[in-house]
This record gives sequence, structure tokens and C-alpha cells, in this order.
Amino acid sequence: MKVIDEILESYPAKVMKSRKTHMLVKGEGCESGCKQKIEANTRTMPGVMTNRGCAYAGCKGVVLGPLKDMIHIVHGPIGCSYYAWGTRRNKGRINKDEQNFLNYAFSTDMQDPDVVFGGEKKLELAIKEAVEIFKPKAITISATCPVGLIGDDINAVADKAQKEYGIPVLAFSCEGYKGVSQSAGHHIANNKLMKDVIGKNKDANGDGFSINILGEYNIGGDGWEIGRILNKIGYKVLSIMTGDGTFEELTGAHKAKLNLVQCHRSINYIAEMLEKKYGTPWLKVNFIGVEATIRTLRDIALYFNDKDLTLKTEEIIKEEFESIKEDMANYKEMVQGKKACLFVGGSRSDHYQELLKDIGVSTILAGFEFAHRDDYEGRDIIPDIKIDADSRNIEELEVEKDEKNYTLYLTPEQYDELKTKIPLGNYEGLINLSEDGTVIVDDLNHFETEKFINALKPDLFASGIKDKYMIQKMGVFSKQLHSYDYSGPYAGFKGAVNFARDIAMGITSPTWKLVTPPWKVVKPLNGTVAVGGEV
Amino acid sequence: MLDLTPKEITQRKGLVINPAKTCQPIGAMYAALGIKGCMPHSHGSQGCSSYHRMHLTRHFRDPIIGTTSSFTEGAAVFGGKSNLTDSIKNIFTIYNPDVIAINTTCLSETIGDDIPSIVLSTEVPEGKFVFHANTPSYVGSHITGFSNMVKAMVKTFTKPKVEENGKINIIPGFVNPGDMREIKYLLKTMDVPFIMMPDTSGVVDTAMTGKYEMFSKGGTTIDELKDTGNSMASLALGQWASEAAANDIEKIAKVKSITLKTPIGIKATDDFLMSVSEITGKIIPAELEEQRGQLVDILTDTHFHFHGKKVAIFGDPDIIIAMTEFCLSIGMKPVHVLTGTNGEAIEKTIKAMLDEAGIQANVKAWGDLFTLHQWIKNEPVDLILGNTYGKFISKAEDTPLVRIGFPVLDRSVHSYMPIVGYKGAMRLIESISGALLDKQDRDAKDEDLELVM
Repeated sequence: MKVIDEILESYPAKVMKSRKTHMLVKGEGCESGCKQKIEANTRTMPGVMTNRGCAYAGCKGVVLGPLKDMIHIVHGPIGCSYYAWGTRRNKGRINKDEQNFLNYAFSTDMQDPDVVFGGEKKLELAIKEAVEIFKPKAITISATCPVGLIGDDINAVADKAQKEYGIPVLAFSCEGYKGVSQSAGHHIANNKLMKDVIGKNKDANGDGFSINILGEYNIGGDGWEIGRILNKIGYKVLSIMTGDGTFEELTGAHKAKLNLVQCHRSINYIAEMLEKKYGTPWLKVNFIGVEATIRTLRDIALYFNDKDLTLKTEEIIKEEFESIKEDMANYKEMVQGKKACLFVGGSRSDHYQELLKDIGVSTILAGFEFAHRDDYEGRDIIPDIKIDADSRNIEELEVEKDEKNYTLYLTPEQYDELKTKIPLGNYEGLINLSEDGTVIVDDLNHFETEKFINALKPDLFASGIKDKYMIQKMGVFSKQLHSYDYSGPYAGFKGAVNFARDIAMGITSPTWKLVTPPWKVVKPLNGTVAVGGEV
Repeated sequence: MLDLTPKEITQRKGLVINPAKTCQPIGAMYAALGIKGCMPHSHGSQGCSSYHRMHLTRHFRDPIIGTTSSFTEGAAVFGGKSNLTDSIKNIFTIYNPDVIAINTTCLSETIGDDIPSIVLSTEVPEGKFVFHANTPSYVGSHITGFSNMVKAMVKTFTKPKVEENGKINIIPGFVNPGDMREIKYLLKTMDVPFIMMPDTSGVVDTAMTGKYEMFSKGGTTIDELKDTGNSMASLALGQWASEAAANDIEKIAKVKSITLKTPIGIKATDDFLMSVSEITGKIIPAELEEQRGQLVDILTDTHFHFHGKKVAIFGDPDIIIAMTEFCLSIGMKPVHVLTGTNGEAIEKTIKAMLDEAGIQANVKAWGDLFTLHQWIKNEPVDLILGNTYGKFISKAEDTPLVRIGFPVLDRSVHSYMPIVGYKGAMRLIESISGALLDKQDRDAKDEDLELVM
């Protein structure tokens, strides 16, 4: 593709060599059936304006932050705690007698002497003060960059505090320099939650059609909308990881009969480990999009294979679909035929393709910010992924079968048969889920975004806050798919209508027509306006 | 909302809860954006740059550029030299800025990367500049970072005086582009030539044209920065964000350094104009005197909207100092004043003003919003003046919040409109009166709802 060549030619040799392996055109130079390879989860070249964040952001910001009944102390200078305070829309509401710390930020506000002489004492003091003021049921400690460098032993501090106060105190060594993006932090958080939280409630009850929803962060209330549908059908949601989640729920999550995985990247580790340890399979789901939601609901029903549940599933699908059909059709009429680019995190660049398809919008470019090769090429590729130096230092937690709690809902034969029908324990990956001709870009950066917009001329570019306004300055509507521009929910049936409404609104906003001042509109000789205000 | 915050105040020495400040690099980055054609570069992990760009973008609702050295564990262990040299090369090739302004982070400061020697060993294209500010996140706050970056501009570009340029240097402090534009308007109206450094107007409040330009027309030019040593005087607006750089210009070029309050409110604006007049010999024109008169007219006519109302003020040092003065000057009672930035002198300055007015108040530097909330629980106020983070307390205590300072993440237009100057004071009064009266209307019984207020 010409624009890809142009982009690569603009780069210094080293950057070009790296970036070349991070982009491709689906199906280009590839006969039917061949597998396309993309490089991912490797270092961003220094000086390139990336959208990526750090391990701390992935650990505390993404996975731990939404756990509302815990105090999350950030050990480090003030900034890291400050920036992860209320900036991600993981909504949570309090149930009776619960503590909700979502509107609080806790930091040790490390100062010069703490860096020089060590910050352990200050951390100990911070934990003591947190316990005295709030009496929380559990505490996490997240390490920021300098902590690892000066050698503060946060695990020792946590162990000591745990004994002293009799509550779980969990330490996460998620210093920002670990790994190459947020992804390292997801993994670090997954490991510890699996090791020290999930499965700790020995009395947990997993009766009925019990499930967990993994990788759902309740942005804009997505988790609530998904939960509403699942409850209506008759499922029992034991925990949502981690949107609107609690420490308490996590301790009993091992009892579920099935784990649904929404965001594959951020939580596939826990999904895998749960299967290994407790025998619970996981199913890749997608609640973004009407067709996707319907398919997902049918997939779940297939797993449980219960006649009444299946009937109820169809009934609810019909009922929900009827309630939104008309609205969706109206919005579709407004935006049909438009073209979109998607650049988001974990799995959303494939999830949202389905919802966009529902309203007649095609995706011409899709990419992930911090994904690994399996998120692009599918999980089959995992054995072929070479672990490089940047990932090697992230612990690969080995779990063993918990003989006492290990339960299989399906026989191995049933499992194998079902696996051919539904994505049980499998994620196909973005490349396989995209249409031929779609540009696939990993770790898309500012420069490339500008080039691709000029070349591909999309009507919509869904991304994050850092490039939103640059895109809109170019006259293209930009929708934030991290924060939903403070709207939502976008999941499920009702969510799809919200999304369709917001997209139609963004694309058809009359303000786009105001960009060119009327005195700059070229008039032909007959005096009528020849060039519209649109740019 | 904030249901877990107890009324009883206990002393904390280890735990900060709900901070009222953030770290140095974001302030440095904001200052660097005020140089024309400048790429701010964060020497540290990717997350720093990502968070800072996110936050600034949300406040300004405009593209905020910035690159990062993208440290990995290897760089953290062996030093970030190659990350920085690669960065400089890549930035000039891909983005082609005129200048790269590097800020350090807690990571690169802890490992002790020697930025000047790394830059010296790197090829910088002819006519281009690379300079740096040390901005360790574990010292001071974002205001310290802003100050340090402006100091670095002086250190890099200011030269000893060659010939008088007839201008005055204006260091506006950590304020919005709308404020910078208003200050420039005041100076133009007085017919005073000036160099404003940094100047983010035209950079973070750009127009929609259908074309994106990474380096917009705004910002202080390198030539202007180089010329600062030839000016008549430097006016540092705000002791905490601006004074250090003005003093450094004085050291290098014997340009008189004068520190004033951020010109928020009538008195600080009077002081600013008189100071400019004194330095330049230019008179304060009728246009501005008329504006002042209009402001006094408004303040007098509406004094019963705000007089005697108790107010809690929080935010950055220069802003809260000026706001305290303004509130006192219109008969309001600041009973809680707090900043997250450390500095005993901040407390002293504010206490002195409050003492003079005979007001007993809680005043704290290096405080947090948890403390502010507890103060308000113990002594309720009619109004909170501060940034967006005040909205939680505002909701919890059903007390109106007027948004000023940085960051304002949940309302728009604020960055385009001034709070400085006489016009800015009018806008503040409109907001303050409006907030107080809206609450009065909301709570009024039907028979008490007034048409005219």
C-alpha cells in the first residue's frame, strides 16, 4: 500500500526496520488460507509519539483500580497516583455495607529523602494510617518507577502489614519501566490476584448457571448492561473482573462454571490459570454489537446446553432486539456507507468492528495499542511467540490443579466437540476477524495516524484522548473508545443504540459545516456556491 | 459521595489522600509547549508522557504533543543514554521541531542520567536546539516543574545584555492561554512592547481550520528568548511559577526582576498595570481605566450577592494567593485555603493577608483534598473555588464549586477565557454570583423565588 511505503520512507533506518513489521494489509500478498504475521508487544522506538502507557497504568490503572472495596496505595511520587484517580471510567456503585474507595486516591507522595534513604518506612506509615482511618478489608500497594530502583522491598512491607493488621495486603511490583506497555502491568496484576485473592473463599457457592465476566471494566456502565441481560436469562454472575468488582466477589470467583472473556489481552492470564487450576473453561465473548451480542448469548447457551435456558435465551434475544430494532435502523440510515478507523487497546478494535457493521459502517484500519501477536493472529500462534528480554522479566505464574475444587462441567469429548462450534478457550485474533483490505497497525503513532487519515480519508476515527483533537482538527470525527466521551453504556442491545446515536451525532453534527468561513467559499460566475463548507 | 471521609481530623505523615498537586514533569511540559516549534520530551517511562498528554489534552481540549524516551527495564538498569540519543534523532527526522525541551522524570533522576553530556554527544541539526530541565517528580509539584522549565529556557537562551530592545519580559506563570491573551491585550493597550515567555496562546487553543499543524503559529520564538537579556525589566507574574526565571535573567543580563501576584482581581491587576507604567513610562490609558471603573461598578452593585460569604480556596500557590486577595477585596471570607505544593512561605503570604483582614482561617501548603474536605465538614462554606477535583467535595457537602485553575476536566471554554485582568475579574464575579444565586434559587420555596436578584 502506497501510504505504508510513504510512512516507512519517512523514518530513520532503525525506526523503519521496526515499524515495517508492525503493519500489514489483510490479505495483501497472501493467497487464501495463508497466515499473515505481525510483530507486536515489542519496544516502541524512543522519540516516537506513541499512545502507549506503562506497566503501572496497566496494573493499578486498569486491573486493580476498579476493585472498589480495596484501598489502592500507590507507592511513589505523587503523579502516578494523581493521574490514575478517576481518569478511567470504571463505574462502581455501593451495595449495602460495602466500602467504596473509587473516588479516593492514595499515595505515599515520595520525597527526595525517601528516594535517597528508602521509602519503606513511609509506606509502612501510609498503610497504618489507611487502616486507622478507613479500616478497609484489603489493601493493594502498587510500585512506581523509583521504587524498584532504590530497592524498596514492598513485598516485605506488605507481609508485615498483613500480619499486623490481619487483612490482606498485596504488593504489586508494576514499575512503569517493566515490559513495553500497559500489557506488562495487566500480567503482573493477573498473577497476584490469581495467587492471593481468587479461590480464597472456601465457602463460595457456584450453583446454577454461574459465570464470571473477565476483562469487563464497566466503562460507561457496560458491565451493568451485560449483567442485566445475563441475569434476565437466568445466569448467576459471580464476579466481574474487574469493573464494579470487589475483593469479596473475586475470592469466590473460582466456583463459576464458565468464564466469559471480553477483553482478551488484559485478563487472558487469569482465564487460562482458572482453567488449569479449577477446570473452568473460558469462552471468548463480544457484547459489543447487536449481532455479536446475539451470537455470544447463543454461544453461552450452547455451553450450558440446558433446554429451558436455551429457550429463555432466544426469548430474551427476541425481546431485546425488538426493543431496539427501530432505533438502530434509523441511525443506520444516517451513517450507512461511512468508513471507520479503529485504534484502541486490548480487544476493542475487533469488538467495535461488529457494532459498526450493525449500522453499515465499514472498518478500513484497525490496530491495537498494547496487544500481543495472539491478539492479532489468534491463540494458535502462542507456541511460536518468542519471549524477548522485555517480557522475560514478567513472571509466568505456574498454577497447579486444585484437586479438591477441580470440576469439569463438560466431558473432554463434549469440550472438544463444542470447541469446533464456539470460541471456547480461543481468540481468533484481529487479523482473522477483519475484512480483506483492512489495514492492520500495531502501536499506531501520531505521525502514522496523520498519514493514514490523509490517505484513507475515514469518516470516523475511534481512538483515545491523546489523538482525538488532532484527528478532529483534520476535519474527521473522533470517538474516544476508552472513555466513550463520557457516554455509554455501549455494550449489549441498549448500549448499541447509545453508540449508534453518538456516532450518528458525531458524523452529522452541523458544526462540521461551519469550518470554512463563508467569505472563503469560492463562488462561480453565476453566483451560486460551488464549494460547500465541509472539509 | 466521599462517605468514608470522617469529620474528625487525624494527623497523617505517610499517606496523602486525594492530592491537590501533581508532579513536576507535567508543568515542565506545559511550559515547553509555550515555545514556538517546540517538542516537549519526557526522559523516562512511556507512562509519564502518556499521563501528562492525557491530562493536558483533557484540560485544553486541544492536541498536546510530547515524546518519550520509552524506558524499558534495560534502560532503567544501564541508563537512558541510548534512549535519549535515539529519541533526539528520531524526533528531528520524523517531526522536525525547531527545538526539543527535555524534562527528566523520577526514573531518569533516580538513575542519575547526565542529560547535558548525553545531548552533547548527540548530533543536533544545524539551527536546531535541544535543552533540558531537571524535574524530579519527588521534589515540589507541577508548579516547580513549570518554574524549572522556564528557568531552563533562560539558562539556555538568555544572553548578557547587548543593547536595549525597549521591551519588558513577561513570565505569565501556569495560567491558561486565555489569561496570556488578556495580559497581552493589557500590554498592547498600554502600547508596551513585550516578550512573553512561555506563551501557550495559539498553541493549546488553536482554531479549527480543517488542517492539523503539529507546530502552530503560537509560542515564544527562539529569537525572542535570546532577546530577553536586552529587555528593560522582567515581570514575574506569580512568585511560585515565575520568579526564579526572572531572577536568573537578572543574574545573566542585569535585567531588573520584579515579582508581582498573578493579576487576578482588581488589586493585582492595578499593581500589574502600575508596575508596567512605572517601568516603561507609559500611561495607563482611558480604555483600561474605564474597564476598571466598570468592574468596580459591578462589584458595588452586586456586593450583596457575595459579601460575607465563606469560601474555601484550593489550587496552585500563585492562583490561591491572588484569589485570596481578590476574595478579601470584595468582602468574602476565605476560611480554608489550601495548596498541594509545599512551601511555608505560601502559608505565610496567605496568613498575612487573612490576619490583616481579621479572618481566622485554616491555611495549608502541602495539603490534600481529604484535609480540605474535613475542614469543610468542621466549618462549612458557601462556596468552593478550585479545580475539577473539588466536585466530589462539592457534591458531598452540597456546596457550589466555581472552577478555576488547573485542571478543569469537566467543563469547556475555560481555557479560552481569562480570569486575569479587569475582564477576568468580571468573569469571576459572574461565576461566583451565578453559583451562589443558582443554589439560592434551587433551594428557594416557591413563595421565595425571586425574579429579580
